[in-house]
Amino acid sequence: MRKLWISATYVIFALLLGAPIVRIATGAWADGWSGFASGITRPEAQHALLMTGMIVVIVTVINTLFGVMLALYLVRAPWLGKQLRRVLNSIVDLPFAVSPVIGGLMIVLLLGPDTVIGSLLSRSGIDIVYALPGMVIATLFVTFPLIIREVMPVLQEIGDQQEEAAQMLGAYPWTIFWRVTWPSIQWSVVYGVVLTVARTLGEFGAVLVVSGNILFRTQTATTLVYQDVENFNLTAANAVALVLAAGSVALLLFMEWAKSRRAR
Amino acid sequence: MHVEVRGLNKRFGEFQAVSNVEFTIGKGQLIGLLGPSGGGKTSILRMLAGLESPDSGDILFHGRKVNGLPPQERGIGFVFQNYALFKHMTVAQNIAFGLEVKKWPKAKIKERIAELVELTGLVGFEKRYPHQLSGGQRQRVAFARALAPEPQLLLLDEPFAAIDAKIRHELRSWLREMIDRLGITSIFVTHDQDEAIEVADQIMIINKGRLEQKGTPREIYQDPQTPFVASFIGESTLIEDIGQLRGFADAAALGGTKGLVRPEYVEVGRANEFALLSATETGTVSHIHFRGSEWLVEVKIGDIKLTTYRSLEKPALHPGEEVHVLVHRAYLFNETDSWVTENRLKVDPLPVHI
Repeated sequence: MRKLWISATYVIFALLLGAPIVRIATGAWADGWSGFASGITRPEAQHALLMTGMIVVIVTVINTLFGVMLALYLVRAPWLGKQLRRVLNSIVDLPFAVSPVIGGLMIVLLLGPDTVIGSLLSRSGIDIVYALPGMVIATLFVTFPLIIREVMPVLQEIGDQQEEAAQMLGAYPWTIFWRVTWPSIQWSVVYGVVLTVARTLGEFGAVLVVSGNILFRTQTATTLVYQDVENFNLTAANAVALVLAAGSVALLLFMEWAKSRRAR
Repeated sequence: MHVEVRGLNKRFGEFQAVSNVEFTIGKGQLIGLLGPSGGGKTSILRMLAGLESPDSGDILFHGRKVNGLPPQERGIGFVFQNYALFKHMTVAQNIAFGLEVKKWPKAKIKERIAELVELTGLVGFEKRYPHQLSGGQRQRVAFARALAPEPQLLLLDEPFAAIDAKIRHELRSWLREMIDRLGITSIFVTHDQDEAIEVADQIMIINKGRLEQKGTPREIYQDPQTPFVASFIGESTLIEDIGQLRGFADAAALGGTKGLVRPEYVEVGRANEFALLSATETGTVSHIHFRGSEWLVEVKIGDIKLTTYRSLEKPALHPGEEVHVLVHRAYLFNETDSWVTENRLKVDPLPVHI
């Protein structure tokens, strides 16, 4: 009976996770190397991958900076008051609870060309929605909690006594952060960054709503795959999907390594 | 460092943590802040350190007001209750931290580390991380780290609380010796009266945010100024109606007088062990406990329960036995006053000179 359950688990695991990857890989190679190569070297794929790459870099930098700062303030700032901190703490989780598509829609409704803010900004030459800034904002929204939720428990666990000790030894906040706090949270931040990158690579719903999926302008790797599938351009879709999947697998391996470092 | 505190107050929300505390500490003294948990001892220490700011009152070092001075500038060494060692740094790096922050030259830092490692008996452990050390060793690293930048005042928050009993004894005398040798003014917080009595030059008893009494361990022990001090120090028994006891009838004349009796004020034994039987009460032994070096005897006189110690050399007593009890003195107090009274009948009322 036990053996049956174990094998059933493996079968489900293989069907759910293994089969799609194998299918993508074989699909990408359906026309041999040239099919795969042309799938990812065509101009629209190059542009889409570049867009995805840009979003990944911008979102990761902004989220890391503000994620660590907000985590510090939520844990270490008694002057914020208990109630306010509790409210902030629950707002942080909002993106987990709201569907990314709804998140994207909220941005369109707030900053779209038909809104007051959106029209004001577009008159001064800045496009938010259907342009890169909107896509960055949408992805920021979706990935916002990831780093904060990794760092906060660690900060709570280490407490503030080491920081106070550093203070008594003459260190000021900047030194304290880099020499005392950072070494304790660095692997959690790395872990959070990996999660953010992975989520940003794969983000579809929010970006699709905000970007409008305009070829050579706002198309990302995921929305390109979507469009290729719609157009029955399966080999090309598989090729781009394989690149994304390979990136995710590499990230996961890196994450495992980061986790083992954090455990030390 | 000469430390003076005037009218110190601190509230946390509705809770008055420290109220109107005043004291002065001379240079080179070792002071114990003693009192029950949650009594405000740590708050006082943290205000001295600058980690907490007082609601009102002044803190003066060498006669200079330091209220506005950040902790970084106060020149104080602080040993935290759980040591708060930097866990990603080795012993040597922990000790060096304060010196690096103060931009000491490298060669001098190295010299100072060697000196402190020697002083704290941590030679050979310089490259270890805190999690590779025992509790007592961590304590000594914390001590070395706090002393490294040559502070003028050392504050220790429950320095021995997290260490097991046997090592705690060793560390206590080690600390006493170390502080004597360095001549640094030190204040430590403890809730353990044995620790305070054994280590401190002067004890300050803190209760409910107030300073109850400041004095040498001997003064605190023999001449308690408030009922709280009398009941907190030693193992006192409170007697509601002290007039019931033979020899203390005068006390009952003043209404509402209560008494505290310590085990060492009480003597129990058989009739032949007392010279002056008229001063003794008769009681019954209710329990005896073997304490290794002596017996702990509980006796009942009417409805008054007293405890005392009895030497193992004397004939053993048994539960239920009728014994004589001599109460040598009692600490008496009423709503307005408190004083120590000797047993009136102990002095032979009709001395016969031969």
